[in-house]
Amino acid sequence: MNFKFTDEQVKFRQEVRDFLEGEIKQGLWQPTCDAWIMAHDPEFTRRVSAKGWIGLTWPKEYGGQGRSFIDRLILTEEMLRYGAPAACHWFADRQIGGAIVHYGTDEQKEEILPIIMKGEAYVGLGMSEPDAGSDLASLKTRATEDGDDFIIDGQKTWTSGGSNMNWIYLVARTDPEAPKARGISEFFFRTDLPGVSVSPIVDITGGVHFNEVFFDNVRIPKTCLIGEKNRGFYQILNQLDFERSGMERLMANYPLFEALIQYVKETKRNGKPLAEDPVVRSKIAQLKIELEVGRLYMYRVGVIMDEGRAPNWESSMSKAYGTAFEQRLATAAIEIAGLYGQLSPASRLTPMRGMAYHSYLSSKGYSLQAGSSEVLKNIIAGRKLELSAK
Amino acid sequence: MDLVLTEEQEMLKKMASDFLTDKFPKTVVKEIEETESGYSPEIWKEMAELGWMGLVFPEEYGGVDMSFLDLAMLLEEMGRACLPGPYFSTVMLGGLPILDAGSDKQKQEYLPGIASGKTIFTLALTEASARYDAAGVEAKATADMDGYILNGTKLFVPDAHIADYMLCVARTSDEAKPEDGITIFIVDAKSPGISCSLLKTIANDKLCEVVFDQVKVPKENILGEPDKGWAEVKKIVERAAAAKCCDMVGCLQEALDMTVAYAKERKQYDQPIGGFQVIQHYCVDMFTDVEGARLSAYQAAWMISEGLPCTQEVAIAKAWASFASPRVMALAHQIHGAIGCTIDHDLQYYTRRASADGVTFGDANFYREVVAREMGL
Ligand SMILES: Cc1cc2nc3c(=O)[nH]c(=O)nc-3n(C[C@H](O)[C@H](O)[C@H](O)COP(=O)(O)OP(=O)(O)OC[C@H]3O[C@@H](n4cnc5c(N)ncnc54)[C@H](O)[C@@H]3O)c2cc1C
Repeated sequence: MNFKFTDEQVKFRQEVRDFLEGEIKQGLWQPTCDAWIMAHDPEFTRRVSAKGWIGLTWPKEYGGQGRSFIDRLILTEEMLRYGAPAACHWFADRQIGGAIVHYGTDEQKEEILPIIMKGEAYVGLGMSEPDAGSDLASLKTRATEDGDDFIIDGQKTWTSGGSNMNWIYLVARTDPEAPKARGISEFFFRTDLPGVSVSPIVDITGGVHFNEVFFDNVRIPKTCLIGEKNRGFYQILNQLDFERSGMERLMANYPLFEALIQYVKETKRNGKPLAEDPVVRSKIAQLKIELEVGRLYMYRVGVIMDEGRAPNWESSMSKAYGTAFEQRLATAAIEIAGLYGQLSPASRLTPMRGMAYHSYLSSKGYSLQAGSSEVLKNIIAGRKLELSAK
Repeated sequence: MDLVLTEEQEMLKKMASDFLTDKFPKTVVKEIEETESGYSPEIWKEMAELGWMGLVFPEEYGGVDMSFLDLAMLLEEMGRACLPGPYFSTVMLGGLPILDAGSDKQKQEYLPGIASGKTIFTLALTEASARYDAAGVEAKATADMDGYILNGTKLFVPDAHIADYMLCVARTSDEAKPEDGITIFIVDAKSPGISCSLLKTIANDKLCEVVFDQVKVPKENILGEPDKGWAEVKKIVERAAAAKCCDMVGCLQEALDMTVAYAKERKQYDQPIGGFQVIQHYCVDMFTDVEGARLSAYQAAWMISEGLPCTQEVAIAKAWASFASPRVMALAHQIHGAIGCTIDHDLQYYTRRASADGVTFGDANFYREVVAREMGL
């Protein structure tokens, strides 16, 4: 057993920090909550790409860095700590590249991986539909074979970053006769095609983050199929473990935590800093304890992946735990701010740069996206504890 | 980073688990709980023969020179088995402090006796104020011609009634800061002026009230430096807290395993109750809490083992274990239904032990405050 990072890892973390602090010092961006999924900054993504930090864990033969998952956790942890605007490349880096390394043809690897590594693939994840949420396998969007092509018809929804995307990763039904989960395939293609239209949905914070995406007779070549036809659902299960296991499931609103600590140090109530109030101290210490234990769950997943094993219940556990923590953080920040907590980021008097307000609202979605906490608990109960009705 | 146990640790755990399962069925735990001494001298001897008392002592003191992390693995199994008796007091609260702060002479004098199972030790630290900070130490030791005279009352002292020696923490001079002027004494428990009475506790572990009335202690029985004992006490508390976490991991893991097994076996409405999603999610919530306890306890134990400063990590682990264990045990009981509320059911041993562990060497509030301070609040 060993809980220490290697010297190289410590150095790498410092390198990432130096880079991000340098960016902030130059005034290139400000730390925000949810920046990993909401802050699209092509220039930032280009600079990250230049560092070689997209595709960090992919094999060297495909242009990746062949580094460990722990290294990637370190990189992403620091991105989240500084609230860096990484939304342009996050999805592609996190799960699409890996899926292509795993399931893609040589041609796909040659074509797509360099685009992702250059930070030019702004990917939307086209999974959920109006009638297919947790029960993803019941999706209806069709991909019908037509000569060398597939024709896509249907609708996706809740597509994060959809207004900004130039590529989509799509799951669609390729065999309507087969049992639900056995007739689904995965596709990856550019969205600047005739018949693709995107319609933004205003979210609870008033921002535009997710979208509806419509496919009307969209023709894509068969070379866009990822992996095996009709095996898509099983491929997704594996990808979801990656989607779930990241630090963004614990630290999406980390900048709020730092702002909260600063807030209680600087804000006086009844002539005394909030930080001296035992209730406030206790609340913040509790958050710190939960955050640090959350990091242990997260790094454990990295350790498992570096051993070449697939995390399954472990990533479900870290995600369900982590998102609940993020919600408790937002709630605590709102509570501690009291009357001020209701002030929107647009208000002159808003505390914590409006992050408590924003996070209190936006964190409601954390425990739904990428597998609701209930579904994750079903997975843990089934896969690990082997509890079932029979 | 690597979270795998070494082959040696796996072996130690397996051996401990086999031995403890064999020797301590709950019928035996119950019997021992009901005795006044609170332990079985025969099995105690066998444990010593296995090398457990001297696990982390160097060979020259009769030990087997293993690490604190190895000891943590053993403690986890002891929690899992609900082991009664003075192991924790003797090794964690007596042996380790002497190994850590004792003079060569003291080590030679006391450690072999501990390693061989001959000597039982404990620590007399807490008092009526029930605090683990320096201000809680009010017992006084006044310098006499060739030693000190101890006066005061210690409370919640484990196993004092059977101890051969106690480490007694007392104030030797009044200073502005409560941390200053504290000295640790190695006290012969049979010294005139010591009286000891058992407290009735939730875990039926043997906690005592110990009164020191004009107790003479020779000068050479000071552990470490006079007046500067608090630094060592802090270390003792930190280490003991991490060790308690490991005990709690064992306790809670066993409660979880029992509960999951029961959920698979108990049928209502023509199906195992583990088929009900609510029950499944309860089990997952328990499991998540136990995993958090395990990861944080192992981290703390590993850091102590490596000699790294770990005030925050220990605080996190003990706070977590202390606030998670009531949740875990509440769900364990809920899932067990009425049968779990009976005195003849094994679950209640864990409910009681986890509850005692939770407050011993600092509860969640105590460690939240430690974390707040470590954060600079
Ligand atoms: C902020 C945000 C971003 C998102 N981004 C994307 C994206 O980029 N791409 C994409 O494809 N999707 C995205 N989603 C959609 C997300 O994947 C779905 O919200 C999720 O799969 C749940 O589906 P649903 O919202 O339809 O809820 P439902 O599935 O209808 O669930 C409603 C409630 O019922 C519970 N429930 C459902 N089934 C079970 C069960 N078997 N057992 C117990 N409880 C159950 C759920 O846990 C939940 O509490 C996003 C969602 C959010 C909130």
